[in-house]
Amino acid sequence: MAYKILIVDDSKLARMAAAKALNSLRPGWERVEATNADEALALARQSSFDIALLDFNMPGRDGLSLAADLRDLDATMLVALVSANVQHEILSRAAEVGAQFLPKPVTEPALGEFLDAAEQRLKAAGR
Amino acid sequence: MISLPATVLDELELDALTELVNIGVSRAAASLREMVGRQVLLSVPTVKLVSRSQAVELLGQSETNRLVAVHQVFEGDITGRAMLIFPEVNSLELVRAVTGGELPLEDIIELEQEALAETGNIILNGCLATIANMLKRSLKISLPEILRGEGPEFFELAPPPEAGDVVLFLYINFSVSERDIRGYIAMLMDMPSLEALKVLLREFIERTTGHSTTATDAPL
Repeated sequence: MAYKILIVDDSKLARMAAAKALNSLRPGWERVEATNADEALALARQSSFDIALLDFNMPGRDGLSLAADLRDLDATMLVALVSANVQHEILSRAAEVGAQFLPKPVTEPALGEFLDAAEQRLKAAGR
Repeated sequence: MISLPATVLDELELDALTELVNIGVSRAAASLREMVGRQVLLSVPTVKLVSRSQAVELLGQSETNRLVAVHQVFEGDITGRAMLIFPEVNSLELVRAVTGGELPLEDIIELEQEALAETGNIILNGCLATIANMLKRSLKISLPEILRGEGPEFFELAPPPEAGDVVLFLYINFSVSERDIRGYIAMLMDMPSLEALKVLLREFIERTTGHSTTATDAPL
């Protein structure tokens, strides 16, 4: 099953790195990129995404606030917050909004593990 | 927010540098959070190529107070200085937070120098080490030095740069939740380092994205 994934990061390099890993892990998936929270939310209102990878520290609203909005829009969307900022407050707020935390820079094995688990949960939810 | 002539670092190289700084400072913030027991809030980093006097102006915009800086010099393929800067009035509050807040004022004053140096060392070393590792180079980092004064003094430290007045200036604001502590991390790199930095950033981009930098404009 090919899923649709949203990548949100203000850094082009970070988006390219995620794209590289996704190309290798799930070449058949549809990938859409956004550079900030508002753009991502507008995209998510237009069409539905199965999975979202969100940078934490972005100009404007941060990835946690976006994660909460995306989950409000679609409670079964699987969301990962990506950051090198491993402070307890950020990890626990990520858990509160139902987002998994992925340490930055994201490695292919770590992303692969997240995608495997995400796929299982999406299938179980009938998506 | 970002302004660099294209001839020096192109857009993607600048983006990669900003991202490196972001990752380095985010990790360092997590270390500081452990030390002060409160969440450390960070801004998005700013990276600019400016004249030395503009760098001083940028710092001066938000600060009229006397400042304290923990200063470390890094040397290797790239050379420059990193500083943790905050208003002098915040200094004792930071020491209080780091030492656990139980000590009497006279002990805090006595510990100030040492606690500032150690805090700065952990943050700046953490940040620089992350950047060096990601660029796959080692950097020699000096012992921390405490500076006090106005912003301009910090940027006129000897030895003066041989390549003139232009510096690469990076900064990121931080504050500590529920404490009256705020400041910024600034990095200053002199021009001769920029050529070397450009090469390192190209290699880093290639490793990270799998694209050669000549093809970075190709659609993903």
